[in-house]
Amino acid sequence: MTLERLLFLSFVVFSIGLFGVLARRHVIALLLSLELMFNSVNLAILAVAWHNGWLEGVILVLFGIAITVAEVAVGLSLFLLAERIRGTVIVDDLSELKG
Amino acid sequence: MTDVVFWILAPLLVICALGVVLSRNLYRAAYWLAGALVTTAVFYLALTSPLLAAVQILLYTGGVLTLVVFALVITASTDDKERWRRPMPAGVLALLVFVALASVIDRMGVAGSAQGGLADGTAIGVELFTRYIVPFELLSLLLLGAIFGALAIARREDPS
Repeated sequence: MTLERLLFLSFVVFSIGLFGVLARRHVIALLLSLELMFNSVNLAILAVAWHNGWLEGVILVLFGIAITVAEVAVGLSLFLLAERIRGTVIVDDLSELKG
Repeated sequence: MTDVVFWILAPLLVICALGVVLSRNLYRAAYWLAGALVTTAVFYLALTSPLLAAVQILLYTGGVLTLVVFALVITASTDDKERWRRPMPAGVLALLVFVALASVIDRMGVAGSAQGGLADGTAIGVELFTRYIVPFELLSLLLLGAIFGALAIARREDPS
């Protein structure tokens, strides 16, 4: 298990998540793909920290996880609100801010 | 142990990730995500950080999965029939990003000999409650704010 391999794996998962964010239509599918990207970034951070023996990496990932959970709570409640008001769960139908 | 562990876990993580992105049924996508998060937790364990593995499973997998499944229960449509919008450009862009990221690995010049270890448990606790006490407390405020925000946003407007 080397740093290169771990980073490569994390980049693979990041790209899969990015594809999901860009290509899926359902808002929750988008959120799940976003979680995948967060997770791969955490893995990359911890891989670098592990390689160099940096304790700060663990604390960074710890904070990152907590912030992500907060973000998911707010994101899901926004999704529920949007679904109730607009009656749709499809991203393209929620584009209010277009000119 | 580490090489074997990596070659077992890495395909598992990629399969779970593909499952999240490709699943039509969103419950199934959520469970694939849980698989990916737990696999990552095992990675954390292998990267000598059992504390983070525990947090990953308890907080991340447990918390996020519970929230998502609750949202899906409330939502009417959990079956994403036409799941794609513009998959081709999205795939090309994701591939380009991947190539850009992967090309960095070569140029990074990672030193071959890894220290490969993280002091865990006590040391992290001490750091967290001395040097990082301010961010730690701010984090609790953030979580509180997120709870209130989520409640305020998702609340029904007028119960009367």
